[in-house]
Amino acid sequence: MSTSSSNRGISRRGFLKGAGVTAAGAAIGESAVVAFAEESAPKGPKIVGPKPLSVSLKVNGAEKSAAIEPRTTLAEALRVNLDMTGTKIVCDRGACSACTVWIDGTPVNSCMTLAIDAQGKDIRTIEGLAMGDTLHPVQEQFIEHDAMQCGFCTPGMIMSCAALLEHNKNPSLDDVKTATSGNLCRCGTYPKVFDATLAAAKMMKA
Amino acid sequence: MAEKTTTEAPAAAPTEKPPVPQAALPKNGAEKPKTDTQTYPVGIAGVKIEEEERKVPATEAPPLPINEKLAVIGKPTPRVDGRAKVTGAAKYSADINLPGMLFAKLITSTVPHAIIKSIDTSAAEKHPAFRAIHMLDRDRSAAQTEEEKKDNWPRVRYVGQPLGAVCAPTQAHADDIARLVKITYEQKPFVVDPDKAKEPNAPIIFQGNAEQAGTAGGGGGPKDVKQNGNVRGPVAKGEADKAEIAFNSADVTVELDFRTQVQTHCALETHGLVADWKPDMLTVWASTQGTSSVRDELAAVFNLKKSQVRVITEYMGGGFGAKFGAGNYGVLATHLSKKANAPVRLMLDRREEHLCVGNRPSSIQKLKIGAKKDGTLVAMRLQSYGTAGVGTGAGASGPTQNLYTCPAIYTEDSDVFTNAGPSSAFRAPGHPQGAFSLEQGIDSLAEKLKMDPLALRDKIDDSEARREERRIGAERIGWKDRKPAGSDAGPIKRGIGVAQAIWYRIMNRDSHCDVRITQDGSVEFLSGVQDIGTGIRTALAQIVAETLGLKPTDITVKIGDTNYPQGPNSGGSVTTNSISPVARNAAWAAREQFLGQVAPALGVSADELEMADGRVFPKNNPNQSLTFKQAAKKMKVEQVAARGDRSDDYESKKGPRGKGAGGLGGVQFCQVAVDTSTGHIKVEKVVAVHDCGRPINPMGVKSQVNGGVIQGISYALFENRILDRNTGVMVNTNLEQYKIAGSREMPEIDAQLIEQYWGKSSTDAAGIGEPATVATAACVANAVYNAIGVRITQIPMTPAVVLEALASKQKASA
Ligand code: FES
Ligand code: FES
Repeated sequence: MSTSSSNRGISRRGFLKGAGVTAAGAAIGESAVVAFAEESAPKGPKIVGPKPLSVSLKVNGAEKSAAIEPRTTLAEALRVNLDMTGTKIVCDRGACSACTVWIDGTPVNSCMTLAIDAQGKDIRTIEGLAMGDTLHPVQEQFIEHDAMQCGFCTPGMIMSCAALLEHNKNPSLDDVKTATSGNLCRCGTYPKVFDATLAAAKMMKA
Repeated sequence: MAEKTTTEAPAAAPTEKPPVPQAALPKNGAEKPKTDTQTYPVGIAGVKIEEEERKVPATEAPPLPINEKLAVIGKPTPRVDGRAKVTGAAKYSADINLPGMLFAKLITSTVPHAIIKSIDTSAAEKHPAFRAIHMLDRDRSAAQTEEEKKDNWPRVRYVGQPLGAVCAPTQAHADDIARLVKITYEQKPFVVDPDKAKEPNAPIIFQGNAEQAGTAGGGGGPKDVKQNGNVRGPVAKGEADKAEIAFNSADVTVELDFRTQVQTHCALETHGLVADWKPDMLTVWASTQGTSSVRDELAAVFNLKKSQVRVITEYMGGGFGAKFGAGNYGVLATHLSKKANAPVRLMLDRREEHLCVGNRPSSIQKLKIGAKKDGTLVAMRLQSYGTAGVGTGAGASGPTQNLYTCPAIYTEDSDVFTNAGPSSAFRAPGHPQGAFSLEQGIDSLAEKLKMDPLALRDKIDDSEARREERRIGAERIGWKDRKPAGSDAGPIKRGIGVAQAIWYRIMNRDSHCDVRITQDGSVEFLSGVQDIGTGIRTALAQIVAETLGLKPTDITVKIGDTNYPQGPNSGGSVTTNSISPVARNAAWAAREQFLGQVAPALGVSADELEMADGRVFPKNNPNQSLTFKQAAKKMKVEQVAARGDRSDDYESKKGPRGKGAGGLGGVQFCQVAVDTSTGHIKVEKVVAVHDCGRPINPMGVKSQVNGGVIQGISYALFENRILDRNTGVMVNTNLEQYKIAGSREMPEIDAQLIEQYWGKSSTDAAGIGEPATVATAACVANAVYNAIGVRITQIPMTPAVVLEALASKQKASA
């Protein structure tokens, strides 16, 4: 998971813009190898932007491309440029996990990940969790247990819980609490989220 | 509360308007509706159910038996929109992407108190991505004085106040452009601390009387209240002298002071909407608790007919009372759409969400309770101040006025204006604050009287529902093993506490729907009512399904659109009470038409037919049945449709049986562990026993009870809006320093429901949203007292507060 950049007095976007992509990549703990040319950049890592550039993203197995500014987060690229709005933005700074997607199998906050840094990686979103019409066991059990109210936290919550079950076939209640400790839900569905995830784990073992 | 709202509460929540007389609301223009006499179950299931007669309009659906005898209603039912929510297919306002849509960003004030001298938009307008700008003439969400209504620009009264907005093709550009707008202020002295604001020489925030409009969810204080400096009030209820005299007859009195903080709503989807202005029609996708409230405000501001405004809310990500009307953002987005000639999305960012769209006011309360030796209350007095920032409506007297039987109750509520964002309705306005004081006062009284807190409540609470709730809860929490206060030896001390909730059975007659049955067997329910996460969509499907002998998944529920018949706004726990009888009545009328159409095919008359288990059959010959689909094919017309409307609540001959019979409520118990070396409180278990009339979907109701409890714990232990007194800036406008309860803080929650029947409507169902959160903070505080033997009278009960309380006790006993 990416670390949060401090946001006092300077917005992340403003900071990224000012510092260029290299520093930005370092700031969010990702490598900053930028593999495309834009404008002139004689020495060192290439400077891109601020103009939009073409980015291709592999989302739920499909290659998609969009023209975006380098400062665009993965969350925004998914939601606005690719119209995949299942992923939600709530805090836009790494505090709530509503924007959780998997990158190469690891749950990350897509609001803290630049879209350009997600190129060449395998991105999985809530829209790609079910196998066709067959829901993922976590999705199914969320419905069975009523682990949602308004549903705005639900995609992020499910991506966190499903990721847990990918790595841990036999989770305890405490494991589920840890896996969702970054996911905020204002409607207060946590108890049912725990029940649903434990039930899904059972279902996956059966 | 909504304009056309009626309430049964003896002395309603402080922000409510008086009931509208029946005569003002003729039913569909009929002179005198024909009435029938029907028999309804009345009482508490499992305790005592009696039958009572009611005279009801002839258009009402026949009475339903208690839940036990029903097929769909009362059965735990997964949400009909669950699949859309778990797959990410559900479209919220924040998800609406329209071709050519622009993104907007608010321009907000950077100073706490000022007059705007000039606004320079030239740099903004030069930005290549600039599309449009609009500046407000006033702050639509805050109180306002008569005098300033003439001003060109809003008076600035807090940091983060919306002043205008700009739009651009991307959000990032809109953000950039908003920063380019230069505003020159003439700054004025300011005050953010309510204690300071009360003082005579404090900077004055409103020169002259200030009024804030209320919303359907409450919020906004009473009108025409006297104002002195920054203090607006008091609004008094009861007779002060009578209470003073009554206190003299008390054997025991309790006097305590309490403080509660400002809490912000933190709905995960922020306020906002997408506005699409077209010359003949304005369409908006709004994150709202009241589709019609948004329509009405936009129609008024833009001088449109209500028929020219369409508001759509298919899904919305939480409101908790703060999302009514168009707000500053809605008016701005619409202006921008009109100016830029393109759809505009304006969703607030997290910081703005904390600052300018509402909060729960703080309170500073002084409570006095007097009682006889046997516990009988003789007098209660509550004096409360609170700050709703630049708004009004900080009263906290609801619980003291309404929870217990007491011959002399006197309360005073005052607002203190401060240079902070306006409050708005927040889940049971005034009641978590008021319960925090009253229920600790009652706990303290019980101790003084050497009575068990439950036995005391049995004496002073005449509600049959609460009595049963206490019984159930006491058993489930293990009340009989509760130890005397502060008796655990170790550094970690455990305790058990109890507190009660009261809310009101409110309904809104602006509640209508259509139910349609089509030849292919499809059944549709249509209404403007919105599902704000409570699961009303599912409850409505259940009611229609029950009436037609179908499954909830057989019903297509189309709601959240002002193109459908008007639905109630969802505030004050009115939705289920208002719209569920309407659904039942419409489904019943559609059923009668449907059976009339298909009876000839079965060779019987319509009244001989029954519908159950997805089939249509003669009552006396169930074997001669058709499936619902087969029967629908036999209709002579393509579609039958029926309209449902809300009648007044049925009048009961017996009249109210005590205060509890007029209200909704619950009793909550909890167990806490307090680490006396760190001051850390952990809520380990909560038992929440609630009533909501006839529960339609116990599964959804329990989800709401969980939610109320969790918000209550969060309020009791963590949440706090912190303003810097030197700059007026809120320092925790985010979700990391504004801490809300997360998975790590979750106790085990045991939500229990009782079924209480009153014979009030064709479903007899009521809401749960508000009562579920009223008692929790008080319940935690009482449990903390039982654990450590020190009463904590302020929230949030942070480790520092707990350690300080422990230290002061030590000092006192040294
Ligand atoms: S929106 Fe990404 S963590 Fe909150
Ligand atoms: S269900 Fe509403 S925020 Fe979690």
